[in-house]
Amino acid sequence: MGLEAALPAEGFLTTQLRRVINWSRRNSLWPMPFATACCGIELMATASSRYDLARFGAEVMRFSPRQSDLLIVAGRIAIKTMPVLQRIYQQMTEPKWVISMGACASTGGVFDTYAVVQGCDQFIPVDVYVPGCPPRPEQLIEGVMMIQRYIDQEGMPPMDGGKRVGLGLAVAPTHAVRPQPVGLQY
Amino acid sequence: MSSKPNLDHATFAAIKGRFPEKRFRATEFRGDSTLIIEPADVLTVMSFLRDDERLRYSFLSDVAGVDYLNYPAKMPGRFAVVYMLESQSRDDRFFVKVFLEPTLPTDGTIEDPALWVDSVTGLWPGAEWMEREVFDMFGIRFRNHPDLRRILLWEAYPAHPLRKDYPLRGRGERETYRVVDRTTA
Ligand code: SF4
Repeated sequence: MGLEAALPAEGFLTTQLRRVINWSRRNSLWPMPFATACCGIELMATASSRYDLARFGAEVMRFSPRQSDLLIVAGRIAIKTMPVLQRIYQQMTEPKWVISMGACASTGGVFDTYAVVQGCDQFIPVDVYVPGCPPRPEQLIEGVMMIQRYIDQEGMPPMDGGKRVGLGLAVAPTHAVRPQPVGLQY
Repeated sequence: MSSKPNLDHATFAAIKGRFPEKRFRATEFRGDSTLIIEPADVLTVMSFLRDDERLRYSFLSDVAGVDYLNYPAKMPGRFAVVYMLESQSRDDRFFVKVFLEPTLPTDGTIEDPALWVDSVTGLWPGAEWMEREVFDMFGIRFRNHPDLRRILLWEAYPAHPLRKDYPLRGRGERETYRVVDRTTA
């Protein structure tokens, strides 16, 4: 990451410890894939060779929340799954980040029914929303890079009066967005 | 349905021959024949369908519930349980339907004595989960079922959600869940 090039001929460099920690944290975001639906397939594509999430240091999918610091919520969340998601989130180690991948995780998507949570951000803090149904791998990578840029600058998740809140960033959609039809009677 | 149902499925004749004293309703749509029976007759008719040499409906491929609330046509009851039978030796399908009329308000989970049917798990053990799903979604209970619990929703869910008087978006169940923020984590 340019560090070698920055090394002067004498073979040492000085920097702030904080910057080194941020640099290493940002390049070792280990995702916890919470793939409950079709978005999970695109998450797998993101991690495999063509898109290669390993280029961003985030290829180590950890199926134990205690070893991961990036929760990728990929798919619809039923209320019955909500306690599982919250438990996994609580077990992850700080500093931890959450990506809400796809229309379903962020808003419920087309599944506007009694059983499906209309956006997992109602119940856990979400840092980056990745739009799409499903989002293309490039978009998910952009979401990971947003978190990387933030870690580079700030290091820790934001605090609001002692209480940490989600970043609430959104990746720009790659398609034209039209308003949803409203006023339907059910 | 414009055309008259074509009631020449051989199973109708076999049923008539076996139960001459009973009156059944029957219907057919696009090659699928359905026998409509009373709730009390479920076990006798079903075991006949399974065991008779000419019929041999060895496989119960599904049990489904139906709610006919606001259905345009007049139906013998508001709820129905549909049994989809398959004879693997004869490669034949047959449907059996039971209608039930609730006697208590249907918007909650109160147990209605009119919404009980005999379980067919004794005939086809595979009916167990399918009957649990019908119970979970419609609140229709099955007598002598080995383990009649909800299968998809959790026990405390306040409704049977596939009933047509239950709103599609629920009554707030999906909104009222505890929130985790980073102070609690
Ligand atoms: S957003 Fe689309 S692709 Fe993703 S889980 Fe929902 S329906 Fe599937």
